[in-house]
Amino acid sequence: MDWPLSDTSFCIATQENTMKDTDIKKLLYTHLLCIFSIILSIFIPSFFLENFSILETHLTWLCICSVSVTAVNLVLYLVVKPNVSSKRSSLSYKVTRFLKCCIYFLTSCFFFHVIFVLYGAPLIELALETFSLAVILSTFTTIPCLCLLGPNFKAWLRIFSRNGVTSIWENSLQITTISSFVGIWLGAFPIPLDWGRPWQEWPISCTLGATFGYVAGLVISPLWIYWNRKKLTYKNN
Amino acid sequence: MNSLSCHYQDAEDLSAAFPGLGRRVVFMGDETWNDLFPGVFSQALFFPSFNVRDLETVDNGIMKHLYPTMDSDEWDVLITHFLGVDHCGHKHDPYHPEMAKKLTQMDKMIQGLVKRLKNDTLLVVTGDHGMTISGNHGGESELETSAALFLYSPRALFPSAPAEEPEIIPQISLVPTLALLLGLPIPFGNIGEVIAEVFSEIEDSQPRFSALAQASALHLNAQQVSRFLHTYSATAQDLQVQELHRLQKLFSKASADYQRLLQSPQGAEAVLQTVIPELQQFLRGVRAMCIESWARFSLVRMAGGAALLAATCFLCLLVSQWATSPAFYFGPLLKPTASGLSGAMVCAGLLASTGLKLDSMVLGAMAAVGSLLPFLWKAWASWGSKRPLASLLPMPGPVLLLLLIRFAGFFSDSYIITEARVAPFLLISLILLLVARLHWEGKLLPPKLLSIPRLGFLTPAGPPQYSAMHAVGLGVGLLLCIRLAGLFYRCHEETPVCSSSPLLSPLRSTVDGRTKNLWYGACVGALVALLASVRLWLHCYGNLKSPEPPVLFVRWGLPLMGLGTAAYWALASGADEAPPRLRALVSGASVMLPRAVAGLAASGLMLLLWRPVTVLVKATTGAPRTRTVLTPFSGPPTSQADLDYVVPQIYRHIQEEFRGRLERTKSQGLLTVAAYQLGSVYSAAVVMALTLLAFPLLLLHAERISLVFLLLFLQSFLLLHLLAAGIPITTPGPFTVPWHAVFAWALMATQTFYTTGHQPVFSAIQWHAAFVGVSESRDFTWLSAFLVGANTFASHILFAVGCPLLLLWPFLCENQGSQKRRQPPGNEAEARVRPEEEQEPRMEMRLRDAPHHFSAALLQLGLKYLFVLGIQILACVLAASILRRHLLVWKVFAPKFIFEAMGFIVSSVGLCLGIALVMRVDGAVSSWFRQLVLTQQKAGEQSSLVCTGAGLSARKAQPHLLPPCSQDLLASGTSLFYNSRS
Repeated sequence: MDWPLSDTSFCIATQENTMKDTDIKKLLYTHLLCIFSIILSIFIPSFFLENFSILETHLTWLCICSVSVTAVNLVLYLVVKPNVSSKRSSLSYKVTRFLKCCIYFLTSCFFFHVIFVLYGAPLIELALETFSLAVILSTFTTIPCLCLLGPNFKAWLRIFSRNGVTSIWENSLQITTISSFVGIWLGAFPIPLDWGRPWQEWPISCTLGATFGYVAGLVISPLWIYWNRKKLTYKNN
Repeated sequence: MNSLSCHYQDAEDLSAAFPGLGRRVVFMGDETWNDLFPGVFSQALFFPSFNVRDLETVDNGIMKHLYPTMDSDEWDVLITHFLGVDHCGHKHDPYHPEMAKKLTQMDKMIQGLVKRLKNDTLLVVTGDHGMTISGNHGGESELETSAALFLYSPRALFPSAPAEEPEIIPQISLVPTLALLLGLPIPFGNIGEVIAEVFSEIEDSQPRFSALAQASALHLNAQQVSRFLHTYSATAQDLQVQELHRLQKLFSKASADYQRLLQSPQGAEAVLQTVIPELQQFLRGVRAMCIESWARFSLVRMAGGAALLAATCFLCLLVSQWATSPAFYFGPLLKPTASGLSGAMVCAGLLASTGLKLDSMVLGAMAAVGSLLPFLWKAWASWGSKRPLASLLPMPGPVLLLLLIRFAGFFSDSYIITEARVAPFLLISLILLLVARLHWEGKLLPPKLLSIPRLGFLTPAGPPQYSAMHAVGLGVGLLLCIRLAGLFYRCHEETPVCSSSPLLSPLRSTVDGRTKNLWYGACVGALVALLASVRLWLHCYGNLKSPEPPVLFVRWGLPLMGLGTAAYWALASGADEAPPRLRALVSGASVMLPRAVAGLAASGLMLLLWRPVTVLVKATTGAPRTRTVLTPFSGPPTSQADLDYVVPQIYRHIQEEFRGRLERTKSQGLLTVAAYQLGSVYSAAVVMALTLLAFPLLLLHAERISLVFLLLFLQSFLLLHLLAAGIPITTPGPFTVPWHAVFAWALMATQTFYTTGHQPVFSAIQWHAAFVGVSESRDFTWLSAFLVGANTFASHILFAVGCPLLLLWPFLCENQGSQKRRQPPGNEAEARVRPEEEQEPRMEMRLRDAPHHFSAALLQLGLKYLFVLGIQILACVLAASILRRHLLVWKVFAPKFIFEAMGFIVSSVGLCLGIALVMRVDGAVSSWFRQLVLTQQKAGEQSSLVCTGAGLSARKAQPHLLPPCSQDLLASGTSLFYNSRS
């Protein structure tokens, strides 16, 4: 697969560059906050819950991690407002939008669940575990999409095509989502090995892989955008 | 003394000693003994043993004669070899009710023997192997290699009561024990250790004498082993010198002690206590040393073979890349091969004439090197100067990453054991990657949708294009098929907690009648669906209209084959329930039916080879009908798009009118020949060949595998469509099949190998395939080997033969794409570009237009497929050689290598056959054109030839009138005109 935005032209306008720099800084800080929330979700619960550990009480950690990442994402996007806010602001519009978001999130969870089963996950046994893996993957991929683009599936599709991104935020979204997918995919590789480690059990290695992939995407995307800022240019923005 | 030993291999030397020493040996049972030990037995009753399904013949034969012979006193050694339990394991499994019956029968038999035993007789009951949970054997798992050993005599045998957990005795210890008990010399080559307890003199009250008797037996044994060791180490140098010296010292000390013991029997308790452990230590040491040194490897040959394989893979890669370049020609490929082969022949001849012995393997390797080196050298010399070699190699992409993962997987025993799940995982990843890449490159959605960045306010951008749903649907269908096929799963013998899918067992073993009937219905349904889908496919591309013999065969022969298969299944699954009167009829029919199906398939293939062109030719006299303009618009055209759509049609209509009028004035009574289905003539032949091959292969499998075969066809159809969506057609020229397509095809072949119930271990070989259509085979013939091989490598055969479809399919899909796109008036840009092409999707005839590129593309496809398979086998070779001291090398790596190597050979042959079939079709199409023109010319009329690509129905198709084709134009194969309509 080609690297995104490989064939974009140069951008020389200095004004735009400075704007871009501040945007990149914002992006970096929001991403650092996201990473921080994941780290906190590992350490904070052990103060409140007995016997808490990522491996032993994996599902609990998954829930906490998912909730905290969702919350941080929501708060950050409300504060930073990376995209142009919609002109309509009636309450009913917001409520329907929110409900739509929830439906989209649930749909993506079920969609990922089906994909995992097709990939070879057991159909009936460990269904809860498989579904929680779907939830955490949706948290890492669907929630940022919902925050940034709203419940607009066509815009999502646009982002994941060549020359489809229109801003730094979308670019970073692209990178984090792809790295989450790659992470969860790589996470499946230790499962067949006969090492007998507790983290090889389904779906622990995959959730860990997805988390590492997400964190790696969060770290890489600002850096990558920073290094390629001269080459990047976005239409209509 | 009486011995019921089944372990004939180690007894070989022992049995040779019997007649010389005047022992009368009586044998009854498995006829294999006759081949192994001819002339040994004073009296023998042999029964045919090879039919694994036959549980009764051998056992009942033995039972009939056993007791009378025992009472007759005309024997010293009586050997009986029962086979029922073993066959029952193969046929059913250890937990089948039949097995309980068989074991009860054996129990009764042993009880009867025990009652009849005399005081000086020893009864030995043992087996030469155990069985796995599935009832098979041949591997090295604990369950397979361990068997019970039961010794009984009316006289007390053992000095003390046997332990709760019985001792484990190596099988090779039986030979010296039995030899000494029979009063025979221990065979020279034996390195086993006598079972010392059996030699204790229980009758004697003094325990000292008992120990002395044990020591003397052990000493005799040790002397023999020492003699063997001495002789062996004098001729072969592979034993470790230090260990040898240590053991020799140990032996001399022990025999000195033993001599001392014999000379002073009194007060030698302490010596006696040391002699026995010393002798045992010596014997065990020798065994350990021999086992270690006999498992040796020739590193030079291993490295040479791996290097040769790697060089060949590199060559494949190089040539496959080179084949697409315009300057490619075949000459340089053939010369080095011929020179290498001839060089090797000359070399062999010289060596043979000088009298030197040469390994055939070394000779083969030399021939390979001889043909490889000149080519590589030439390649290096010709390209090295002009451009770097790196430019010839393909760009690394995600497919390379997947290939590397697959390569690395062969080095892990866990990944080989779980390959049945790893291969589908990689395949699914590849499919998702393909869909994602199609989307990434914007081939799925209309560009409008992707380029308008109005966030949240997207205007409805026209109707969604078909290809998006099409590709996603294909992907989902594929994933579903792969997952469903994964339900047919046989466990690798090394998997700790695992149960094979019950779907893999034959219907015969299902006890419940209702479920049996339901499954039978499902199997027949799968068969019908398979047939119907193939017919539907042919019908879709119009090839079913052709009056050619292969098509007639598809219409009538295939259902007949399906009927025969269904009838065979019915007989095979219900044979046990047949009334006794009909037994002979049923068994006769169940032999004849598979033969009939195979014969039909063979005749179908022959027909296909004889007349592979499945084209419908219609000759109509008179003027061709003019085409009506397709106008879906009422009223004047409103937009530019409408104009772009309508205007060319009107133009063409007028053109035709004029041309028609012109020619009508030239000559009246014009003859038009319309040929349909030329566009799919190659792939139709390949698909027919695959179907004809699939039926005999299906017969060799259990009934329920028919569902897998259906999924297999469906899956490859979907995959081909998905791949075709991503492959652009370069009209004039070099045609290429991308790497991901070839890799996906190879992965699917691997996946199908597992889903048809195979595993790369010997215990999983489905031996029952050897009896399909074979009547009461007496021994293992070449036919049996062929049948078992065909059963094991069915998926390799099918996918290798079907490999050319990867090249052909994009051309087939060209037709569909244009058809579908025509329905909505495409957007402006498209309509402007395509007006010429749209009317004439020539499909596979494009390949004929560029014969040189066609053959280069076939070569490239074959080489790419061989490269992917070669990489797999290279990984197996490297893994087996690097990990040769690994714990699981004989259980996992070596069998995997052997299976992969056999699969590679089968695939190569299949690939050659597939490509040869396509070339045969090509030749037939050429001669068909020539003949057609000749007949038209003979008729002396001015004629015109219309060649029509695909059509839903030939009746509806309206052929165009096109300029007459002259013979020289046809010969060049470039200026034919084709037309397609549906």
